[in-house]
Amino acid sequence: MTAGLSDYRKQEESITLSSAPAGPGVEQELMTINMGPHHPSTHGVLRLIVTLEGETVRDVKPVIGYVHTGIEKTAEDKPYWKVIPVVERMDYLSYYFNAMAFCGAVEKLLEVEVPARAQYLRVIHLELNRIMSHLVWLGTSCIDLGAISVWWYCFREREAVLDLFEMSSGQRMHTRYFQVGGVIEDIPRGWAERVRRFTKEMRVRADQYAALLDKNEIVLQRLRHTGIVDEQTLLGLGVTGPLLRAAGNPWDLRKAAPYCSYDHFDFKIPVGTIGDNYDRYRVRHAEIYESCAIIEQALDGLPEGPFITTDRKVALPPRHELATSMEALIHHFKLVTEGFRVPPGEVYNPIESPRGELGCYVRSDGSSRPARVHMRDPSFVNLQATAPATRNSYIADLVATLAMLDPVLGGVDR
Amino acid sequence: MEVTREKLNGASAGDHGRGSGATGSDDFRIRQLRARDMLRGDIADEELERYVEERVLTTTLDKAVAWARGNSLFPATFGLACCAIEMMSLPGARLDIARFGFEAFRASPRQADLLILSGRVSIKMAPVVRRIYDQMLEPRWAIAMGACCSSMGVFNNYAIVPADKFMPIDVHVPGCPPRPEALMHGILKLRDRIQGHAPAGWRERYGAHGTEEVLGDADLPGVNAVNVFQSGETQRA
Amino acid sequence: MPDATGLELIAQDLRAADADAVLGTSFFREEATIEVAPAALRAAAEALRAKGYTFMASCHGVDYYPEEPRLGVHYQLLDMANVDRVCLKARVTIEDPHVPSLCDLWPGANHPEREVFDMFGVVFDGHPDLRRILMPEDYEGHPQRRDFPVGGEPVLFTYNEDKVPGWTR
Repeated sequence: MTAGLSDYRKQEESITLSSAPAGPGVEQELMTINMGPHHPSTHGVLRLIVTLEGETVRDVKPVIGYVHTGIEKTAEDKPYWKVIPVVERMDYLSYYFNAMAFCGAVEKLLEVEVPARAQYLRVIHLELNRIMSHLVWLGTSCIDLGAISVWWYCFREREAVLDLFEMSSGQRMHTRYFQVGGVIEDIPRGWAERVRRFTKEMRVRADQYAALLDKNEIVLQRLRHTGIVDEQTLLGLGVTGPLLRAAGNPWDLRKAAPYCSYDHFDFKIPVGTIGDNYDRYRVRHAEIYESCAIIEQALDGLPEGPFITTDRKVALPPRHELATSMEALIHHFKLVTEGFRVPPGEVYNPIESPRGELGCYVRSDGSSRPARVHMRDPSFVNLQATAPATRNSYIADLVATLAMLDPVLGGVDR
Repeated sequence: MEVTREKLNGASAGDHGRGSGATGSDDFRIRQLRARDMLRGDIADEELERYVEERVLTTTLDKAVAWARGNSLFPATFGLACCAIEMMSLPGARLDIARFGFEAFRASPRQADLLILSGRVSIKMAPVVRRIYDQMLEPRWAIAMGACCSSMGVFNNYAIVPADKFMPIDVHVPGCPPRPEALMHGILKLRDRIQGHAPAGWRERYGAHGTEEVLGDADLPGVNAVNVFQSGETQRA
Repeated sequence: MPDATGLELIAQDLRAADADAVLGTSFFREEATIEVAPAALRAAAEALRAKGYTFMASCHGVDYYPEEPRLGVHYQLLDMANVDRVCLKARVTIEDPHVPSLCDLWPGANHPEREVFDMFGVVFDGHPDLRRILMPEDYEGHPQRRDFPVGGEPVLFTYNEDKVPGWTR
């Protein structure tokens, strides 16, 4: 059933050319080289088998699996609340989104209601994470282009975001802040002011990045009219997120199928025109401003109330109750040792992550452990756009396109 | 160009014998003159050897080289997963690794001497990591950053390989991901190790020798165990 | 999502084209699922595509152990104009795990189908490039099946750190 090793190699080494070779002997002009998996510009351990004719890329075949962690298999024998840290480490730049997709799916299965305050807190953290992910993307992409200064500035802002995460949850990355039913803890006093200060400053900094890059001649030469893929090809490939929006399609799950109170906020969807690398850069850059707007609106309207569902069968009771209430003690015990049981069924919960549609499919068989967790990662699907975007362009454009595609290999390989 | 060499005058030669007994300032002045002469080529051969030996009495040449090596590690850009993002914030403005001299991350393993394995090593990636490590030139060191490559970390499953299984690791930095400060601590520990003053193990630091768990027969694990409450000689199997 | 009646109407249309295509429908937690026989998967996918579900959001596999048939392939289809989702499901057995590939309908199914092949062993007939994608090429076994062991290393304690081969000693 499995292809033999020689078949594998043959398929791996096969070259798919977009057009028939121009004349006899052109095959001899083609050179196949290997980029990665250890390469400074492949954004993680991505291996690209690139077939070149001179400097022009004729075919690109991505080979992935170099950071495959078996996350979905590991998640199958852990109670639901223990799956959250496992699944968070998938797309390691958007960890709140991974947790959100999974928690949303389990909440759908459990039919448990997330309180309003928890939804708003989730939105604030999700948008902060979106800003942070875009900052890392911008920094690393500019390194690929050679504009190394931007990396320093973006990581300085990233430290500010991580400080906020550390203040609310105690951890900089992979915070386990989202739990099934809400968030694990209410925000501390002073957090809201610090977030406001951050969003105000973030807008100023984003203006500074724009001043550096938007009209920069080198950026324009490298990003304008490179890596163009038209909208229909993208839709056929299943690409979503800023890539699709750069091509002109305003598809955003936060507006199309709002979840987690996103319909309470007023924000715009940045959309590009021709779908080249420059549009992708501008779309993501503009999304930073929109995320700042969402965060400020959420802070303004943050409702009072519980930060996690009051259903004691799903969420831990507050600790002070354990001293006085027998039921609380029993619930706490059952939840910590066995975990809550989820009625059998299958759900698919899609959300909008910084890279596109992040979906979580959970199948439950009635026990306290999931029977199958699958994360539909946007980078995994978006990576299929590498070949159409870079065919017949220069290898320098390949590097720029790969940077603008924003693949996060943790999500690609899971 | 004609270079004339002449032996040092009598004053220096005589003082050379009683260098250590002279008063501090005299000694210093003598050494200054000798250094100037050495640089001009006036001291040569035996005198030079003696001079160097005397100057570097407490630091051998090896230690000097080790000091230099430890202060100029070139890490290889080897980011695998989430730990890579925290490793990337090491050269950032907050925790500036450049103040220690390690900001030159080299892309080519031939130019690097420190491999910071940051992230989970999957089965597919392990031979690649080993190959990169083999391409590095001696002396080289490796830091396993994070729980996934030190031990199996969060994911104890079929897809991950702990780094110790296929390459020698000098320092393990636990954490998931370790804070940049924690990684910095690990790198500085490695630097101490390179420079020759390896940090003492915890048993030395806390005077806890004699608390080692000694296992003899598998059947009777308690037979050779050390009773830490007894003063006096400890038994060892 | 199409509501329950919409789902039934879709299923009715599919049955009209091919009587044994639809094996069942399910409307659970506001999500619609149509289970089709593997042989009829392509026709059903084309029909749904014609109805407006033009975007393939996800293709993933499930191992339904111990229920037979064990291996399931799910195609999540999305109608962007009406924001409707429907899941097309096909289940096959371990002994005959063949499912037609939908790569020519949706080129974006290439990598996901390879992943389902790698993780579960489902063979997609007509796939241009069916080989392992996440595991090394000479790996034996399909890791995400329920009877495949999770694997991993034993935790090192003093009593077993000498006995576990090839690690720290």
